[in-house]
Amino acid sequence: MTMNVIGKPVARVDGRDKVTGRALYAAEFNQSNQAYAVIVNATVGLGRITGIDQAAVAKMPGVLSVLSHLNAPKLAYRPHKGSIDPKTGERLHVLQDEAVRFHGQPVALIVAETLDSAERAAAALRITYEAQRPIIDIADPDARAIVPESGRDHTRGDAEAAFANAPVNLKASYDIARENHNPMEPHATVAVWKGDKLTLWSKSQYVVNEQAEIAAIFGIPLENVQVICPFIGGAFGTSLRTWSHVTLAAMAARVTQRPVKLALTRKQMFFTTGHRPRTLQHVAIGATQDGKLTSLIHEGTGETSRYEQFSEALVASSSYLVSCPNVTTRYRLAALDTGTPVFMRGPGEASGVFALESALDELSYKLNIDPIELRRRNEPKLDEGVNKPFSSRSLIRCYDVGAERFQWLNRMPQPRSMLDGRLRIGIGVASATYPAYQAQSSARVRLLASGIAEVEVAASDMGPGTYTSMTQVAAETLGLPIDKVRFSLGRSDFPPAPSHGGSWTMASVGSAIRAACISVLEEAKKRPSTDRPLEATATTQRDAGVAGRFSMHAFGAVFAEVAIDPDVGTIRVRRALGVYGAGRIINPLLATSQCTGGMIGGIGMALMERTVLDRRDGRPVNAHMADYLMPVNLDTPKIEVQFVDEVDPHVNPLGVKGLGEIALVGMAPAIANAVFHATGKRIRRLPILLEDMLHA
Amino acid sequence: MSDDKYWDDARGDVDIASTRALSRRSVLQLAGAVTASTTIPEAFANTTPAAAPTPAAAIAAKVSFSVNGVRHSLELDPRQSLLDVMRERLELTGTKKGCNQGACGACTILVNGKRIVSCLTLAAMHSGAEITTIEGLASNGDLHPVQEAFIKHEGFQCGYCTPGQIISAVGCIAEGHAGSAEEIQFWMSGNICRCGAYPGICAAVADAAGRN
Ligand code: FES
Ligand code: FES
Repeated sequence: MTMNVIGKPVARVDGRDKVTGRALYAAEFNQSNQAYAVIVNATVGLGRITGIDQAAVAKMPGVLSVLSHLNAPKLAYRPHKGSIDPKTGERLHVLQDEAVRFHGQPVALIVAETLDSAERAAAALRITYEAQRPIIDIADPDARAIVPESGRDHTRGDAEAAFANAPVNLKASYDIARENHNPMEPHATVAVWKGDKLTLWSKSQYVVNEQAEIAAIFGIPLENVQVICPFIGGAFGTSLRTWSHVTLAAMAARVTQRPVKLALTRKQMFFTTGHRPRTLQHVAIGATQDGKLTSLIHEGTGETSRYEQFSEALVASSSYLVSCPNVTTRYRLAALDTGTPVFMRGPGEASGVFALESALDELSYKLNIDPIELRRRNEPKLDEGVNKPFSSRSLIRCYDVGAERFQWLNRMPQPRSMLDGRLRIGIGVASATYPAYQAQSSARVRLLASGIAEVEVAASDMGPGTYTSMTQVAAETLGLPIDKVRFSLGRSDFPPAPSHGGSWTMASVGSAIRAACISVLEEAKKRPSTDRPLEATATTQRDAGVAGRFSMHAFGAVFAEVAIDPDVGTIRVRRALGVYGAGRIINPLLATSQCTGGMIGGIGMALMERTVLDRRDGRPVNAHMADYLMPVNLDTPKIEVQFVDEVDPHVNPLGVKGLGEIALVGMAPAIANAVFHATGKRIRRLPILLEDMLHA
Repeated sequence: MSDDKYWDDARGDVDIASTRALSRRSVLQLAGAVTASTTIPEAFANTTPAAAPTPAAAIAAKVSFSVNGVRHSLELDPRQSLLDVMRERLELTGTKKGCNQGACGACTILVNGKRIVSCLTLAAMHSGAEITTIEGLASNGDLHPVQEAFIKHEGFQCGYCTPGQIISAVGCIAEGHAGSAEEIQFWMSGNICRCGAYPGICAAVADAAGRN
């Protein structure tokens, strides 16, 4: 029996909790007798601590404990690398020695009776340092270049020779600023020890990894740690890893033997909880006169810290997005005196596709070929990087649907040819892509005699609507109405789920739920009349055969129209359209929101967002929500999202490809390409600023 | 969702209502208002450090205001923001702290009917005020029209900016600033939504404004 709830615009099942303030986020699990911890951060960018006047602050009203490397407990820091942690390097050991590796590193911790007393003591704590000049600029000649151990270079044919022989060629360099995720909810942890058992109410996109990481750090058995996180106030990647503040909250609770709440300030969110690394990229393209690519060289360097190698798929999409016989991609890292970056929405692809899609746009003008036509001429029949067919690929269909809907043909092809009064108008387009991953996940389903189905997975919902869409999957598979399904997530003692990122939650967790539902139904057939609850647990992962046979990615075409005021240089996105081929859409209402939000994030990347570091000491100078600009309501254009029908029988049993990442990929190049169309100025550095538009 | 499933572990055998009530009292005491004997719940008493809690502030301000129709008379550290008093003292955690810098709007509440960012104002300045937070909008279980409209129009994703957006929307409509889509966008731009739910927020405000 099927209820046909998959594919329906079901309203959010947690909507009422969210609009009434009843949904509880980590910092809101107040405990009785709770104390407050506040982190003190290093004010130098590199060096060592020479003195801390702890005694003076310890006497301040309400202060329970002052911790630093001088007196903090020595922690076990057993080896542990979750799937989300860099494979190379070693995580920061917090308050374990006097070394300062980057500006903002936690160097002391105040625990006090109230938040105000803790904050006041933190501000009063005097620390002296021996400081050195940190290297914080990826372009600094002293920055150490690393060939990442994750090795992502790709070569086919002879791209250098083909470039030299190409009838038409172009070379360009791109510089994309460091960004911070800046979710609305700051990181927070409430830690409670009961004997040797630790409970953490903690903002996390990966509760089972947080459990394992904290158990390893404190040297205690896994089962002694419980991590709980029913709601996440946005994260976009910043809560994938377990950062040092979680350790500090648990440490403070252990030292004071009190429940402790630790929430980061907005400023601290720029220090220790990851960032989208700044990237420098070079693209060289060779082509025939009729626009067929003969050579593509894409090199990129991303920031990492000195103590860990963070790597992402920066140049990977250049091996499969366009057809080209001669391709070389190279990925390098620059080790800097900063905290370790982390995945941020559309990691790698968002930056890499910007470079490639800007270069392709540039080529289209050079050849006088319509930008969409250029993509059409270079559409591959299979993934030429791995020589496998795509499980499905609807890129050209996305362009066709989008071109019609966005009235592409009304666009005048010449740059600087469209005006609206005194405003310069530009219309641009770009491809988007992101891999369709699936990771191992488990799920448990319990059918109660009352007719209710309880479904449990240690998954997360940072906003896309996991609660709702998983309820739909379970309801559909079990043949139950939505309101008979109780779906719970966000506890580390539930069946494990993979990290909530990489657009794989539906593919992974949804597949596990579906499998568990199918086996509980089989169980029900065997025992048709029973009062006892029926329970089934299932674990699923990607079919190895399918993974060997197919290349699996989502694709999309993104359109943007900008209006530029030539006198003051303001750039406004007036309308935007994203058309995606992303497999089956479980809930069009949620999917549309998710894509709209991603596209708005892309507007931020294109026109606003950058974390600026002071060269002298690595201090983020705009660590403030008024100075780190992000799109507000008035920046939002008329945005439309459309999904092309795409049935992918291979990718996973649900036929879904994921949306969270691809929604941001493609927006920035579409905007930059529109800016070129409006002004004739090719801006290769993000964000595009007012001053870039002077004399536009 | 926000049910007991997510509370149980550390509570042990202490029931939720008394724990949280005690929590309020102990925080009150620690803020320097009360000097009475211990209010630490028994379940945790054995883990309490030996030293008696030190009063957090030498001076206390007396404030009395009403929140969602309930009168509160408090003695508090005069340096505490209205936001921290809501969240850490009165346990009205529906009001969110996004930046504590007056730049995001997550902490928006209504004070005497006017929307303000509660992180940038001291609680001690609001004696006699009538305050409305997200917890006070629904009446007898019936959602406020703005709350309903936010659900209907997908005015949120993660939900963290949502209480601030909704309170701000109530203010925006009352001010008469919801006359057109552009006006709504302008007057709602003090509330950042990092999830980018702006189109839904605008649709919700327009819908609710039309109904009022
Ligand atoms: S928390 Fe008050 S404006 Fe951001
Ligand atoms: S709903 Fe997530 S920040 Fe607005």
